[in-house]
Amino acid sequence: MNARSLALALLLSSAAAGVGAETIAITGAKVHTLGSAGTIDGATVIVTDGRIVAVGRGLALPAGARRIDAAGKVVTPGLFDSLSQIGIVEVNGVEASSDTRVHGERFDAAFNVADALNPRSTLLPVNRIEGLTRAVVAPQLGGSLIAGQGAVIDLGAGPGYVLRSPAAMFAALGEAGAGLTEKNRGAAILRLREALEDALDYSRNRAAFERAERRPYLLSRLDLAALAPVARGELPLVLTVHRASDIESALKLAHDYHLKLILAGAAEGWIVARQIAAAGVPVLLQPLRDRPASFEQLGATLENAARLRRAGVTVAFMSGDSHKAWNLRQAAGNAAANGLPWEEALRAITTAPARIWGLADRYGTVEAGKDADLVIWDGDPLEVTTEAEKVFIRGVEMPMESRQTKLRERYRKLPPSFDVP
Amino acid sequence: MRLRFPARRATLLASPTLLTFLTTAALGCASAPPPPPAPAAPARPAPPTPAIPPPFPSTYRPTPAPPTLIRNATILTATESGPQRIEGGSILLRDGRIAAVGKEVAAPADAVVVDAAGRWVTPGLIDIHSHLGVYAAPEVEANSDGNELTNPVTANVWAEHSVWPQDPQFPLALAGGVTAMQILPGSGNLIGGRGVTIKNVPARTVEEMKFPGAPYGLKMACGENPKRVYGDKGRAPSTRMGNVAGYREAWIKAAAYRRKWDEYERKKKEGKEVDPPERDLGLETLAGVLRGEILVHTHCYRADEMAVMIDVAKEFGYKIAAFHHAVESYKIADLLAREGICSAMWADWWGFKMEAWDGIRENLAMVENAGACAIVHSDSADEIQRLNQEAAKAMAAGNRAGFPVTREQAIRWITANPAKAMGIDRQTGSLEPGKMADVVVWSGDPFSVYSHAEKVYVDGALLYDRADPRRQPRMDFDLGILDVRGGGR
Repeated sequence: MNARSLALALLLSSAAAGVGAETIAITGAKVHTLGSAGTIDGATVIVTDGRIVAVGRGLALPAGARRIDAAGKVVTPGLFDSLSQIGIVEVNGVEASSDTRVHGERFDAAFNVADALNPRSTLLPVNRIEGLTRAVVAPQLGGSLIAGQGAVIDLGAGPGYVLRSPAAMFAALGEAGAGLTEKNRGAAILRLREALEDALDYSRNRAAFERAERRPYLLSRLDLAALAPVARGELPLVLTVHRASDIESALKLAHDYHLKLILAGAAEGWIVARQIAAAGVPVLLQPLRDRPASFEQLGATLENAARLRRAGVTVAFMSGDSHKAWNLRQAAGNAAANGLPWEEALRAITTAPARIWGLADRYGTVEAGKDADLVIWDGDPLEVTTEAEKVFIRGVEMPMESRQTKLRERYRKLPPSFDVP
Repeated sequence: MRLRFPARRATLLASPTLLTFLTTAALGCASAPPPPPAPAAPARPAPPTPAIPPPFPSTYRPTPAPPTLIRNATILTATESGPQRIEGGSILLRDGRIAAVGKEVAAPADAVVVDAAGRWVTPGLIDIHSHLGVYAAPEVEANSDGNELTNPVTANVWAEHSVWPQDPQFPLALAGGVTAMQILPGSGNLIGGRGVTIKNVPARTVEEMKFPGAPYGLKMACGENPKRVYGDKGRAPSTRMGNVAGYREAWIKAAAYRRKWDEYERKKKEGKEVDPPERDLGLETLAGVLRGEILVHTHCYRADEMAVMIDVAKEFGYKIAAFHHAVESYKIADLLAREGICSAMWADWWGFKMEAWDGIRENLAMVENAGACAIVHSDSADEIQRLNQEAAKAMAAGNRAGFPVTREQAIRWITANPAKAMGIDRQTGSLEPGKMADVVVWSGDPFSVYSHAEKVYVDGALLYDRADPRRQPRMDFDLGILDVRGGGR
């Protein structure tokens, strides 16, 4: 293969992976690298073939680079939502357009959102023009306390936009788990233990199972196969729990079965922060959850994130939303306004999810070698009056258009024209 | 929220006569507080005598407080004209009222002086669409009292009879600077019942919270919710045309009921001996709307449905105060400006159901730029805590897209404009001498995510102080369960 055909092959493979081949130089910005270089004023970020190749002050611009003057602007990594339903729902109230949950009890663990994902969903552009570039798409609880498997996507929606599938298994304990089992939170734990033990048994005795020489299992064959990597501690299990005692139960379960546990929700996480930290279990939370909305969230507080971080827990933020998941940065700003150091708040939607979801080699900081998921902001990215000006996903500059911007333009002058613009 | 069938819109009360009438009627009750000093407002004609004295009168009494001078602040007055922003300004609160606002304000010797250098001061925030108390926390079935889903027209129910004053969410809203709110029934019905306007004060009874002199609101709802609720029950309405037939039938009955009572009053006045007609709770409320005493708040997402609702109102001779959840107001902002109808909107909710599919972030700014009345509402126990941030997002979206909005305008979205649509703008909603001293001191720019409400005054009394845990009300429910103290909740 000569140099030209190698370059062509690389270009094609880049295109196939949905990355930009363009060389771009963003100059003059205040760059929050979140890496060892910290925050750099007046920095240049150079992007080639979808990757960041250099970051620093006074860098020479490569020949042919497209220069984007970002003087007075702020650059961060594209933001990451650690739990959303982006791409598996169009209109929540329209059942046919929503694949967020499995409504039966068969194939719940086996269900993978990747089979229902729609990269052409209107929700991807709506969210990405606000600076959200990556998200975990997670199933919601349906007919069973195991909801299914989630995936990590990039919101550029190009080829290869599903970055990791499955990324984790999702389930719930506490009130939700009780509601889906025998109306008792203890029963939910028993059901989960039973499922894990069945999956382990299945995993170790597959041939015997095929010969019908094993005891009856709680789950179907596909569910057992999907749950086996969780039971073996290979695939993370995300458990939505809120009450402090339920969190302790989840930690015990993870300890007993050597699970790779991630806690989601954790409204009362701060009460058992030391135990969570000692177990090395990361927490996905919604910083604005501060109401005693249920008897398992009586301890909800805006300081949850700050208190968990202070105890050494790895914290990432989740929207739990789909249509306006971009408000994740408002949530992060509120965490910063309630005791969490500002950079920690930004990390909870960049570097922390990169680590939790196993993507830290590719994403999370503005450093050479990382995917060029970048946002140019007109100010502090956690501030509610700040807007995203340009968004890049793996080196491709995203058009700042969505269904919403098209509606806005149609009705800019009243009465509107119904011609296609 | 959507599962709670967000409420309908209200009609903006345009009639000053009505306001005076309602104020006087409520104050006329023996248990009501003494009449407030007249705010700076033009005199209005004498009110008509109400046919039936309003029951469940307000027993609200302002908390006694010393005069307070807040000085050195950046003040957003939320007034329509005059100085709307005063740098290094002062405001004097005395006897529950705003005594003076300006660059230089002299303090009486006994005044508590609050140095607000670096701070911002705004009117207390007002949420025109809340379900606090009727959908109290914790959100258990036993606390779910917002939707009387047994008949599509329940004009006979009053939200105040569902309000649980011990809802632990009230103090959270107070910590967000909310000093008054309209609590509405849900939107599962065509006509959901009467809303109630309250002062956000800790109290034992809802009567102790009721905003003195505030007119009642009537909750109506368009679109998906009523037709779904009753269509699923196999009865009318099951379509949008069924919805409209339902409203019209109700108003026809209301008009006849009103005529019957007017006739009775006329004969009585003539000295004739007549028996009063039989009372009907629902028709009494609807007749109150037709007389202009009760303001109509209509939950309506789609532009075309708002236009139909305007025509229904014209057919029966009432006005709509505000469309609530009006995600498509930007499509008919010219019509809404012409009709003088407010739109109560979210900053960015969209797509959670079909009729919310066309929601856009510039909605508020586009309505404002069309010269129509824009309001940020919450319909949420979460967002009521951060109305300032919601307004900030909507302002920023407008500024980015070429629909310029200033802070002086945006503050009105969460103060003066909801006050106007709720018929309490002569008492509160802006910082002007004579008005109730409902005031928030913010740690900084209220349109910043990092700013907190530091001090919240209701009628001049400091009811929330972020720096003083003793001045952070906790309701009965919060006691002895879990202590989550530290800043906000």
